Amino acid sequence: MQDLFSKFDPLIQQRETLLATGVTDPFSLVMERVISPTVAICNGRETILLGTYNYMGMTFDPDVIAAGKQALDEFGSGTTGSRVLNGTYAGHRAVEDALKEFYGMDHAMVFSTGYQANLGIISTMAGKGDYIVLDIDSHASIWDGCKMGDAEVVPFRHNDIEAMDKRLKRIPEGAGKLVVLEGVYSMLGDIAPLKEMIAVAKANGAMVLVDEAHSMGFIGPNGRGVAEDQGVLDEVDFVIGTFSKSVGTVGGFCVSNHPKFEILRLVCRPYVFTASLPPSVVATAATSIRKLMHGADKRAHLWENSRTLHKELTDLGFQLGTSEPQSAIIAVIMPDLERGALMWEALLREGLYVNLARPPATPAGMTLLRCSLCAEHSAEQVQTIIERFARAGKTAGII
Amino acid sequence: MDRAATADRIAALIAPFNKKGVAISDETTFAGDLEFDSLTVMDFVAAIEDEFDIIISMNQQAEIETWGQLVDAVVKLRG
Repeated sequence: MQDLFSKFDPLIQQRETLLATGVTDPFSLVMERVISPTVAICNGRETILLGTYNYMGMTFDPDVIAAGKQALDEFGSGTTGSRVLNGTYAGHRAVEDALKEFYGMDHAMVFSTGYQANLGIISTMAGKGDYIVLDIDSHASIWDGCKMGDAEVVPFRHNDIEAMDKRLKRIPEGAGKLVVLEGVYSMLGDIAPLKEMIAVAKANGAMVLVDEAHSMGFIGPNGRGVAEDQGVLDEVDFVIGTFSKSVGTVGGFCVSNHPKFEILRLVCRPYVFTASLPPSVVATAATSIRKLMHGADKRAHLWENSRTLHKELTDLGFQLGTSEPQSAIIAVIMPDLERGALMWEALLREGLYVNLARPPATPAGMTLLRCSLCAEHSAEQVQTIIERFARAGKTAGII
Repeated sequence: MDRAATADRIAALIAPFNKKGVAISDETTFAGDLEFDSLTVMDFVAAIEDEFDIIISMNQQAEIETWGQLVDAVVKLRG
């Protein structure tokens, strides 16, 4: 019998080699207690959280929690049904209304996760004979949406406007075209030149989908994302987003002004063939989204945190993913996986949690310590984070 | 343009990606013999696309494992 698991042997070997050095397994950390959006107990130690994507710190907002508790009491623990059968409750409509208002768009469709939103929308919209033109650094959910559909898939080099233009121009006459971009690319925390890219896409007759998962809530004057910040949200046909970052719960969505958008509810399989989000989740999401509309002060503080951390880590001698802070993600580039894991562990011992990211999730085979800041990180916490980075960096021999 | 001339033009493009100077024949595989990773594949494919003004979609790339298959695909795409 051929063991179907033998294809994983190289990864099993790499993992064993890494753990044999005595380093703590970076992929099996347990948060024993969570104190706030920025602090948890890990391995019995109070730890500052700097790798949660909880950008706006909504997870412990009293109004959000109260809305969730009320929905649990009034609607029960789950819907046990698809959105198109018995799984649409008042709360699902309410959160879609909140999204329409948040983005100023005509339609909103909520999925059970952000991953499913990309999977469903991309695979359903681009069919046989259509072309998807996308950035090579796109998120796994975008790639999987491409793989699940029947369209021709054409990638271009990251943020390369000319490469995108050339590919669009070579697509056969009459074929449907979908350009897929992200506002913030989550590995290095860099943003896309959406204004220029969307202009090129439109000039070539393509529809445009932008994933704003890592920008919702704090980039742009109303927190609508990078497209809003660059003044081109009107040109975007489909915005994909998530509830699992700034909104502070779980779920995904697509908002659009397309007049035929609602038909997707009947033809999009990752929407139809799964149970809808629990009532408590959509209630917390709706409350959080409405509060994010008025989050200007928190947005300003988050940017301040991002600028401070970026400057201080640069001054300490760390190599960062971007030369200036472009989002709430600061990626610290590690020389290799072994030293990355060592540094990650040294930070955890100091009481600081960051994400260890490695290939294939990362571009160009990089190992990264990814920091995502929160609007609830105090200025003092940011100073503590910097001190811990300085000590751990010396311990691990990075600086 | 015939197959041999197309192969010559692609051969001129692969040099910067063939770091170990592997000898190329129709049976040479990109993943195995040339050890191309996904980023190298993208850059190499982009160079071919620009040279011949064609698109080789990822769906088509999935069918191409060897040098010979690549040359055949480019000849076909150029029509």
